[in-house]
Amino acid sequence: METTIVESDRLVQARALVASLEAGNDTEATRIIMAFPENVEKDLFQEVGRLTRELHEAIIGFAMDDKVVQAVQHEMPDAAERLAYVIEMTEIAANTTLKAVEDSMPVAEELLHVSDKLAAEWGRFRGRKMELADFRSLSDDIGGFLILASGHSKILNKNLSEVLLAQGYQDLSGQIIRRVITLINEVEEKLVRLVAISGTTRVQKTKKEELAMEGPAVPNIEQGDMLNSQDDVDDLLSSLGF
Amino acid sequence: MKILVVDDFSTMRRIIKNLLRDLGFTNTHEADDGLTALPMLQSGNFDFLVSDWNMPGMTGIDLLKAVRADPKLANLPVLMVTAETKREQIIQAAEAGVNGYVIKPFTAGTLKEKISKIFDRVAS
Repeated sequence: METTIVESDRLVQARALVASLEAGNDTEATRIIMAFPENVEKDLFQEVGRLTRELHEAIIGFAMDDKVVQAVQHEMPDAAERLAYVIEMTEIAANTTLKAVEDSMPVAEELLHVSDKLAAEWGRFRGRKMELADFRSLSDDIGGFLILASGHSKILNKNLSEVLLAQGYQDLSGQIIRRVITLINEVEEKLVRLVAISGTTRVQKTKKEELAMEGPAVPNIEQGDMLNSQDDVDDLLSSLGF
Repeated sequence: MKILVVDDFSTMRRIIKNLLRDLGFTNTHEADDGLTALPMLQSGNFDFLVSDWNMPGMTGIDLLKAVRADPKLANLPVLMVTAETKREQIIQAAEAGVNGYVIKPFTAGTLKEKISKIFDRVAS
């Protein structure tokens, strides 16, 4: 509707302009010409004004959104803490694994060295190339080796168990990283909405479900009432009659 | 002793299975969340359930509730092995009827202790 009015206004103005030019009325013609850009500018200013107001309201709405405030004030710094904790956790796991491997290598090497030596002696005995005195010494060595093998196997078993348990970092760091990914997705969604408001196309926002679970305890982060150790958990459970 | 280990991280399932094997339990099976675990439990004659809490699909707490609500499974011993250490959550698990609660990261000793404690109780 507005457009037709504007167009017909312009048509009236154009006819008046032609009429005044034909009549040789230069003053009137100039006045009409000068009025044109003024109209265009007025429309433009009105449109810019409207967009500015909408954007302003959108930004206020965006800033008032609790989840955005929460994200900026708490979750972003939390995410950084969480990721730093992942680095720490993976480093501890890597060091535990490396130490267990380093401790195991000389143990395995000693087993190999001693059994190789005994195998050579045993070969001499089997080939009947051994004196009785040498056999007595070999017999003692074999007895000693059996004790050594048993003790060393226990050490290797203990070290391998440490390697096994150290791999738990993958689960814990995975859970923490998943949370950070969720946060990044939420912030991205908000930013897309802001862009959509200031542009012309609106993007449908997908509502994410709230996470009720807290996930692994991360040092230096406010996570509510978290228990720090298995002992605390045991105390709580026994207070509940467990 | 037939045991079901439920965790969405396969590394953690392997760790628990290996620790259980060290403790002499070799008949262990795996599921990656409550939705896969529940039908296995309903048809599999399991003697013991070890479950994580935070899993996609169906969480460990929902699995625990479903187990307690099923007359055939209601008495199945359940050990929760989880990174969730919030006081309210542990209370919630206790109220839902969990038999033991181990927080990650754990030691082989802790797991062994909690499992023997559960079996001692079941036996008595």
